Amino acid sequence: MNQLTNLKLKVWRQAGPETKGHFESYTVDKVSDEASFLEMLDQLNERLISEGKEAIVFDHDCREGICGTCSLMINGRAHGPQRATTTCQLHMRTFKSGDEIVIEPWRAAAFPIIKDLMVDRASFDRIVEAGGFITAPTGGAPDANLILVPKPVADAAMDSAACIGCGACVAACPNGAANLFTGAKISHLNVLPQGQSERYKRAEAMVHAMDDQFGSCTNHGECSAACPKEISLDVIAMMNSDFRKSKSKNRKALSRG
Amino acid sequence: MSTVLNAKVPDGELRDKWDNYKADAKLVNPNNKRKFKVIVVGTGLAGASAAATLAELGYQVDAFTFHDSARRAHSIAAQGGINAAKNYQGDGDSINRLFVDTIKGGDFRSRESNVHRLAQVSVDIIDQMVAQGVPFAREYGGMLDNRSFGGAQVSRTFYARGQTGQQLLLGAYQQLSRQVGLGGVRLFNRTELVDIVVIDGRCSGIVVRDLLTGEITSHAAHAVVMATGGYGNVFFLSTNAMNCNVTAAWRAHRRGAMFANPCYTQIHPTCIPQSDESQSKLTLMSESLRNDGRVWVPKNADDSRSAEQIPESERDYYLERLYPSYGNLAPRDISSRAAKRLVDKGHGVGPLKNGVNLDFSAAIARLGRDVVEERYGNLFQMYERIAGEDPYKTPMRIYPATHYTMGGLWVDYELGTTVPGLYAAGEANFSDHGANRLGASALMQGLADGYFVLPYTISNGLAPLLNKPVPTTDHPAFVQAETEARERFNGYLNIKGTRSPDWFHRELGKIIWDYCGMERTQQGLEKALSELPALYSEFKKDLRVTGTGESINQTLEKAGRVDDFFQLGMLMCRDALDREESCGAHFRSEYQTDDGEALRNDEEFCHVSAYKWTGDPMAAELNKEQLVYETAHLATRSYK
Amino acid sequence: MSGGCEPTTSVGTASMAQTITKSRGAREPVTGTALSSRKKRPFLVDIYSTAVGKKYAMAISGIALMGFVLFHMIGNLKMYYGAYELNNYAAFLKELLYPLAPKGAVLWILRGGLLAMLVLHLHAAWSLTVMNRQARPVQYQSPRDYEVANFASRTMRYSGMIVFSFLVWHLLDLTFGVVNTVGTEGEFVREEVYQNVVRSFDRWPVAAFYILANLLLGIHLRHGAWSLFQSLGWNNPRFNAWRWAFATGFSLVVVIGNISFPIAVLAGIVKV
Ligand SMILES: Cc1cc2nc3c(=O)[nH]c(=O)nc-3n(C[C@H](O)[C@H](O)[C@H](O)COP(=O)(O)OP(=O)(O)OC[C@H]3O[C@@H](n4cnc5c(N)ncnc54)[C@H](O)[C@@H]3O)c2cc1C
Ligand code: HEM
Ligand code: SF4
Ligand code: FES
Repeated sequence: MNQLTNLKLKVWRQAGPETKGHFESYTVDKVSDEASFLEMLDQLNERLISEGKEAIVFDHDCREGICGTCSLMINGRAHGPQRATTTCQLHMRTFKSGDEIVIEPWRAAAFPIIKDLMVDRASFDRIVEAGGFITAPTGGAPDANLILVPKPVADAAMDSAACIGCGACVAACPNGAANLFTGAKISHLNVLPQGQSERYKRAEAMVHAMDDQFGSCTNHGECSAACPKEISLDVIAMMNSDFRKSKSKNRKALSRG
Repeated sequence: MSTVLNAKVPDGELRDKWDNYKADAKLVNPNNKRKFKVIVVGTGLAGASAAATLAELGYQVDAFTFHDSARRAHSIAAQGGINAAKNYQGDGDSINRLFVDTIKGGDFRSRESNVHRLAQVSVDIIDQMVAQGVPFAREYGGMLDNRSFGGAQVSRTFYARGQTGQQLLLGAYQQLSRQVGLGGVRLFNRTELVDIVVIDGRCSGIVVRDLLTGEITSHAAHAVVMATGGYGNVFFLSTNAMNCNVTAAWRAHRRGAMFANPCYTQIHPTCIPQSDESQSKLTLMSESLRNDGRVWVPKNADDSRSAEQIPESERDYYLERLYPSYGNLAPRDISSRAAKRLVDKGHGVGPLKNGVNLDFSAAIARLGRDVVEERYGNLFQMYERIAGEDPYKTPMRIYPATHYTMGGLWVDYELGTTVPGLYAAGEANFSDHGANRLGASALMQGLADGYFVLPYTISNGLAPLLNKPVPTTDHPAFVQAETEARERFNGYLNIKGTRSPDWFHRELGKIIWDYCGMERTQQGLEKALSELPALYSEFKKDLRVTGTGESINQTLEKAGRVDDFFQLGMLMCRDALDREESCGAHFRSEYQTDDGEALRNDEEFCHVSAYKWTGDPMAAELNKEQLVYETAHLATRSYK
Repeated sequence: MSGGCEPTTSVGTASMAQTITKSRGAREPVTGTALSSRKKRPFLVDIYSTAVGKKYAMAISGIALMGFVLFHMIGNLKMYYGAYELNNYAAFLKELLYPLAPKGAVLWILRGGLLAMLVLHLHAAWSLTVMNRQARPVQYQSPRDYEVANFASRTMRYSGMIVFSFLVWHLLDLTFGVVNTVGTEGEFVREEVYQNVVRSFDRWPVAAFYILANLLLGIHLRHGAWSLFQSLGWNNPRFNAWRWAFATGFSLVVVIGNISFPIAVLAGIVKV
């Protein structure tokens, strides 16, 4: 266990959704390299409280990289410098004494800033509400093994389903597009046999909901590079293709494949 | 003075009880359902599944969560899997076996009828979740795959890589989202329950605080469901998400709902050991790792060689040695205590000597790295990120940590609390796990409660209320509860002391962990009960909350939660002191067998301890629900 | 506040504003977000109204333009066979499908098509750019550290715009002769394609602009010819690696081919 010393933090502070924000500088004199990035912020907050100042607001919950609540643009990268790692899983080992660390909230029209570093990602829920589900009311399901799912299909569905809804893709995208998130949910459900009945309806509704709130994809690939779950750009292609079919397919004949 | 606890267990043979109940339950006609409003607090597995199902049935549902989205609930973090008595592997599983395993795993401290129902509906859960598109692991032929979990000799655990909870929650969240989209559910996000309102002995609604604006409002309903999760964070360091708290259950308790078995808290054997003082939480490594990992410590105490340097002959595979038939898959409480004893004796590994090894070298040699990676890849990755070591090369270091709370709001067979109209589901109720929960059974219980139990029992409870008006939020009881809540939150802001809520939480956690953790003694608990009130009164005098109550203020939120944890902590210690036996996860050092196993006292303690609020948590009124075993036979647990 | 049992389901607007306060006061719960139905519109209009649809339009028009630049470049290779061949080739284009179609008709159809494609490409590029600007009205206040977004992908609109202005110049220069030097007879002769090219490239600033524009076209295509696969949903893990190879190969061929002309002129390999 080593200590990092003299970290220079520049943290975005903003009192509310409509107020103007600014960078505030703080120095963290000492922190263990075993600490996580958020624990470093915890310690800073403890200090701020002891100085009678308001703690920095940031979103977090599981601190295990699964709930998707944490965010933060750290030194210009969504979730910080480590690949496939959420902010909460980022450890101070990745930094050196004396480093300057700039922390900004995620910025997108669809992610309005609530306060300081916390943003509202409810726009993602709107996309799911539009069609990110399989209609299967409780009670009517057939025996689970009646629906055979080839292993490669189950694996592919799982790869897409691993998305934690953190919004790093939007934050990292130069266009503020949510195609990776939306594509991930569409691909998860659209490759599975259970998802076929609503396949095109789903793609259509979700893409429209996405369109209403986010930017458009120009295939930079920045989303996938920032994604803590390494969701592949393939999901975007699948979404595009299913969306086109949603507009052109004769859905009365869907069972013919 | 003590209330008679009526568990409302239906008549008939154990295996017929649930069918009998459903046959007799009163129904609400489809057209009348929309005349009823049901509030569901919590949108984890239990809450989201209940809210979605009730809305599908046609009830008006208002769902509340302090999270920004239902998808963030703590259920998302469950890794290992979910049990169901499908017997897809043909290895001798059955509803009855799952029932017996769960009763036995809970060390004969759970209610037979509830557990049996849980085992029965477990099979429906898998069907339901598969239909919703949960990508469970599959065999090459396309059928569902299973793995085995601690405390069972069959393979009945369904899993989706190491992210089973995530996939199940997303399934339930998606179903809930569908209802939100269709207008069947009104979702109040970032809204925290701060009180419930009881009028004429019936729960009539809730008081909530909007976390974004600090505004306090009331909501009336015909029935309220608490699906607000567990209270493991009373320990400060636990595997629970940072925001898990007891507030909802505790506020219900203060309004008359009895709190059962608070001292039953589970310690999970496979977590990453604490690495330094400032640590904010502990991370679980799924128990499924014990399928292929072997647990060992150096035979010699204070051996400071690295794992690779210690020859086979100087390693103590203590679980395999002590419990040959279950080996590394011995139940959680047993494995945890075995680890603690060895670490206490100086056999611990790692820089702080606070862990034991979980070694995969044999599995990698036997199965190949690819198979191991396929099974546990994401867990290994997670471990490497946190501990900074590569578990493919060096063994993982693990140590027990608080993980799950079996205690909770007392509920009857219908999941109704002692306040009519108030239900509790998921980890928030005292549930079906007795004194110890088996791995992969919490997800099962949460979904069973939400999908397959509450929808029936709630309609049974609502049917008689048809066309009877319920109080509205201008009723004085609502107004008063709102005022109290406002005063409470302003109160925290006005103390203007010197210490943050986190500081108090950490101190509270230390006391609870030291005296009410893995091993408890009379002396220790008495000490805790003398230290806690002192610390609590300091909290009330010396707390400092900066900022205001009018925009989001996480320090203020925390203050309210820590306040409730203090009161709960006192009740926990009181309960642990009271229960003069060892059972499941509750281990009182005074009561153990010669070889250090839990020694139950069925004569005196074969009951549920349900506490009624009296104004002082340490003087709560104890009520007992006697547990009767008609089908399972009281026996000493043995995993040897 | 909500009271007893009045039906509360309301048709909400699918806006996220429900979850965040604009002005203080109770926030509305979220409900009925998926109830508003879209109005039915003709297929093409409907699809083009979405960003995904506009990317289809960009990709299809992009492919058409790619086809044009490729064949344009191949046709121009005739230059190396001398004036007769090239001028003949130009004349042949006018007589495409003649006598089935009147002289020049097919060429005009092709030109019209290309122009339409260009307009579509530009319109889609423009409206997507506007959309993307609106999607992040407040920019990051600290420098970004991009991981994979590269120069090509981040400058598509600029490389595209410069290519476009070059195109305009190029037409004025070689098609309409507005900015070309006069021909043998003292005025611009459209049919003397070969001579026009040589005379034009003999002016080094013109050659330089041409080379620059083509390099930018290459950069545009390096990203575009990959991007179009994604936009059209042509994705198959078995072939995905080839998509980059195709984009690189295609842009190299076009750029090298095109750039060779001014160089050949300046080096005196191709001369009047
Ligand atoms: C790391 C980890 C791994 C686990 N792995 C497994 C496993 O492999 N298998 C297994 O079976 N179990 C596992 N468990 C246990 C299991 O995940 C939980 O017991 C279960 O998910 C609890 O679900 P729940 O719906 O009851 O509560 P939660 O998912 O905790 O949801 C609680 C909900 O209540 C809301 N809430 C709480 N308080 C309030 C309030 N005051 N106001 C408004 N809303 C409130 C929250 O916002 C949230 O939506 C694991 C647990 C942990 C910690
Ligand atoms: C006339 C000015 C032009 C402008 C302003 C322009 C602009 C753009 C923009 C903004 C994009 C989107 C970037 C992306 O999606 O990644 C794009 C894509 C593309 N452009 Fe252009 N472009 C122009 C001309 C051309 C020309 C002349 C060609 C071909 C020779 C071309 C071929 C392409 C291709 C193939 C794509 C990729 C389409 C896709 O991803 O779907 N463009 N262009
Ligand atoms: S796709 Fe990746 S980056 Fe985007 S929300 Fe999902 S997990 Fe986060
Ligand atoms: S806090 Fe849950 S993913 Fe980071």
